[in-house]
Amino acid sequence: MTRRIAPEDLHALALGASILGAGGGGDPYIGRMMAEKSLRTYGPVSVLDVDDVPEGASVIAVSGVGAPTVFHEKIPSGREPAAAVRRLAAHIGVRAFAVCPAELGGVNSMVPLVAAAELGVPVVDADGMGRAFPGVFMETFHIYGLPGTPACFANEHGDLVLLDRLRDNYAYEWLARGVTTRFGGHAFVADYPMSGRDLRRTAIRGTLRLALDIGRSLLAAQAGHRDPALAIGAAAERGGYGRGLRLFTGKVVDVLRRTTDGFARGAITIQGSGEDQGSALRIDFQNENLLAVRDGRPICMVPDLVCVLDAVNGLPIPTERLRYGYRVTVLGIPVPAIMRTPEALGVWGPRAFGYDLDYHPLSEI
Amino acid sequence: MRYRLGVDVGNTNTDCVLLDSDGRLMAKVKRSVTADISASIREAVGAVLALAGVPPADIGYAMLGTTQVTNAILERRRLARVGLLRIGAPATEAVDPLADWPEDLRRVVLRRAHTVRGGHEYDGRPISPLDEDAIRRFVETARDDISSLAVVSVFSPVRHEHELWVRQLVQSIDPELPVSLSHEIGSVGFLERESATVLNAAVAQAARRAALAFQEALGAAGIEARSYLSQNDGTLMSVEYGLRYPIRTVACGPTNSMRGAAFLSGVDDAVVVDIGGTSTDIGALRGGYPLESAAAVEFGGMRTNFRMPDLVSLGLGGGSRVRAGPEGVRIGPDSVGYELERTAQVFGGDTLTLTDIAVRRGVCSIGTRQAAVGAELADAAYDAFIKAVADGVERMRLTPDPLPLILVGGASVLLPDRIGDSPQVIRPEHFDVANAVGAALAEVSGHSDRVYSLAGRGREQVLAQAVAAAEADAIRAGADPDGLEVREVDELPIAYLPGDSIRVRAVVAGRLRREGP
Repeated sequence: MTRRIAPEDLHALALGASILGAGGGGDPYIGRMMAEKSLRTYGPVSVLDVDDVPEGASVIAVSGVGAPTVFHEKIPSGREPAAAVRRLAAHIGVRAFAVCPAELGGVNSMVPLVAAAELGVPVVDADGMGRAFPGVFMETFHIYGLPGTPACFANEHGDLVLLDRLRDNYAYEWLARGVTTRFGGHAFVADYPMSGRDLRRTAIRGTLRLALDIGRSLLAAQAGHRDPALAIGAAAERGGYGRGLRLFTGKVVDVLRRTTDGFARGAITIQGSGEDQGSALRIDFQNENLLAVRDGRPICMVPDLVCVLDAVNGLPIPTERLRYGYRVTVLGIPVPAIMRTPEALGVWGPRAFGYDLDYHPLSEI
Repeated sequence: MRYRLGVDVGNTNTDCVLLDSDGRLMAKVKRSVTADISASIREAVGAVLALAGVPPADIGYAMLGTTQVTNAILERRRLARVGLLRIGAPATEAVDPLADWPEDLRRVVLRRAHTVRGGHEYDGRPISPLDEDAIRRFVETARDDISSLAVVSVFSPVRHEHELWVRQLVQSIDPELPVSLSHEIGSVGFLERESATVLNAAVAQAARRAALAFQEALGAAGIEARSYLSQNDGTLMSVEYGLRYPIRTVACGPTNSMRGAAFLSGVDDAVVVDIGGTSTDIGALRGGYPLESAAAVEFGGMRTNFRMPDLVSLGLGGGSRVRAGPEGVRIGPDSVGYELERTAQVFGGDTLTLTDIAVRRGVCSIGTRQAAVGAELADAAYDAFIKAVADGVERMRLTPDPLPLILVGGASVLLPDRIGDSPQVIRPEHFDVANAVGAALAEVSGHSDRVYSLAGRGREQVLAQAVAAAEADAIRAGADPDGLEVREVDELPIAYLPGDSIRVRAVVAGRLRREGP
C-alpha cells in the first residue's frame, strides 16, 4: 500500500484522477507539473488513512477554483495552496495536522500535494466529491453538515481573502465566485476546516489511493496488452467503489456543445459496434458526463461515473476533446454508499442537475 | 509566360515540379536528398527546366516546402542557443521553463531563462507593472550566451504590449539578435505557447540554412524569381517573413500533399491519404485546405499550440517491414526507406516489406519477382494494413456523410480501389509529386488568434478587428492587399470566464503580390 507519493507516482495518479473526473474536472497536466516541482523541492508527501487522523486533530481541505482556461494561461506561483492553508489555520488558531483533497477528479487531485509538500504535512487518503463536480457545496463535507467557511482564498501575489461566518454553503458558493472573478478568474482555496472526528464521519475514504490504483492498473493493462476497461473496472471495486461495467462500445457520431453561464453543456451520441451493433448511446454532460441513455433508456446517471475511454488504449477522453469519429468504450462506475444517500442525491442526484429522473444506481439497472 | 516552380525537400527525395500560369504541370522530377541539400535542389531544378524546355528567366515564383526545420528539432541538430524571457511573475513560477521537454533537447536549446514581473489578466488588467530594468539586465547579460531570444508574457493573446516592448528594447541593444514573441506564434495556453515560441527561436538557423540553400540553388540555375516558403496551413509566406516564423513550416510536408491532392483531383472536400516509404498521413480537406487541429498538439514529445493540420499519422509505408510473430502479423514501424529497391523481396532482396505483400496480393506490380510469402500471411498483413488506413480515414471524417478519398504519395499504389465505405477513391494524375505541386500553389494567408473582451464594444467591432489583424499578417507575409478574402472567422467562447470574453480566430487568404512597385 502506498504510504508516500513521490514524483514518479504522479503520472498514474493524474491518469486515475482524469478517469474519476468523468469527462471533466480539468486536465491534470499543469497540476501535475506543479506537484512534480513541489515534490522535488520539498520531498515526497506521506499519505494517511482517515482512521489514522486523531479525532481532535485539524484537517483542512484545499483545491483550485475557477476557469481552467485561466489556470492554463496564468500559471500559479505555486505558493498559493500552502499560503491559503497556513492563513486559514492561523485564523482559526489551530495547526493543520493534514490537508485533505476537496475533489479527487481531475486537476484538483494535484493541488493538495502541492500544499502538503510545502507545509510538510501528510495528505489524507480521502476527498469530498469522489469524482469531479462544479460547485464548492458539492462536497460530502457540506452534505453531512460541515460549514465550508471560514475559508481562505489565495492568489499568486500572496493576496489572501478570508470568508468567515457565512450563513450557509450556498452563500459561500456565491461569494467564492465573486472572489475568484476578482482574482482574475482562478484562485486557490483552503476551506471546510474540520476535526478528525468530522473527517471520519463525512469524507469519502480511500479515493487518493483509488485514483493511483486506477492509473497504475490502466498503465499495466496497456503494457501487458490486456483490456484497459476491465482493469479500470476491477481497480474501482478494489478501492471501495462498485465494479466498473462496460456500458457501450462504438463510434462517436454526433457532438452537441454550447457554453452557457460558464458551463460547457451538451451531448454526444455514440453508434454501437460489436455486441452493441444497432444500438445508440447518448451521454449528456455539463462539464462532467452526467447521464448515459441507451436507446432512450437511462442506464447510468450522476453521481455514478460515466467515463468515456479511447477504445484502443483506454485513456480517458475529456468532453472538450470528443469529436466525430472517435472510437470509444464507455465505462460506468458505481459510487460508494456515502455518495448515494438521500441527502447526497439532493445535492448531486439527477434532479439537482435539472433532469426529471429519480436516481437508479448502476448496479440495479 | 510566368512559370511557378515547386520544390519539396523530404527525408528521402527532393521533388520538383514546374507549373505554368494556368496551373498545368509541365514537368516533374524526383532526386535523392544528399547531405548538400543545395546541390540536390540545384540538380532537381536544372532537370525540370531541361525537361520542360523553359528558360530560367521565365520562372516568376519559386516555392520551397521542406522537412529540414522539422528534422533539426527531431535530430537536435543546428539548433540555436535560446534565451527565454518569461513575463508574469509572481505568476508562472510554479512550473519551471520547459519542464516537460525531453531533457536532451532542453539542454541543447535553453541557455538562459529568467522570469520577470509583468503580464496581464484575462481581461487585460496588468498582473504587475512590467519590470523594465530586470529585462534590460537580462538581455545585456545573456546576449553573449544566446543566439536567439524567446519572449512569453501571460495572456499576451489578449494584450501583447509587454512582448512588443521587449522587441523594441532588443532592437536598441542588439539589433542582430532574433526575437520570437509568443503572441505571434501560439494562442491561449501558456506552457504550450512557451514551447512553441522557444522552438521557433531554436530553429532560426536551420530555417535560414534551408532558405539560403534554396536561394543559392535558384541563383545557380539563373532563376531570379520571388521565393516563398510553405507553411503548416498550406499557404505561402515570403522567405524573409518565413525566417521570422520558421516554426510555421514544421508540418508543411503533409499539408502540401493534401493541398496538391485537392488541386490535382479538383476535389475540395475529401479525406486524403498520403502514403510514402515510411509513414502514412491521413487528413481531411475542407474547401481545398487541410482541417486544423483545435487542441494542443504533440510535436517531438512536446505539447505545443501552434496551428497544425489535424492528422492521423501511421507508421506504415511502402518500405515498412512485415514480420510474423506469436501475436500475429506486425507491420513497421521500421522501414527500409530509400533502400526499398535493393532490399525488398520483389527487387531480389531478402526483406519482407509492405510492397512485397501488396504485389503478392496482386494489387500492383512492382519489381522483378514474387516475394516468398504464404497466402495466409500476405492476407493477414494486407488486411491489417487496410484496416489501419480505413480506421484512420474514419477518424478524420467530421460528419457521417461519406467523403471521397484521394490517394497520393509514391506508395499509394499499394492501396486497393475500395477502402471502408468511402463512396469514391480518386487517384489523381501526378499523385507521386502531390507534395511539390502543393508547394507550388500560390496563395498567401494571414492569421490572427486572440482573446477580446466585449466590454464597451460590440461583437461586430471585435470580429472586424480580428479580420483586420489577419489581413495585416497576410500583407506582411507577401499577399496582394487587393482581393484578400476572409476564409474563416471562428468565435470560441471561453468556459467559466465571467464577463464576455471571446477568442476569435480569423484567417484570410489572397494572391501573391506581383513584382514591381
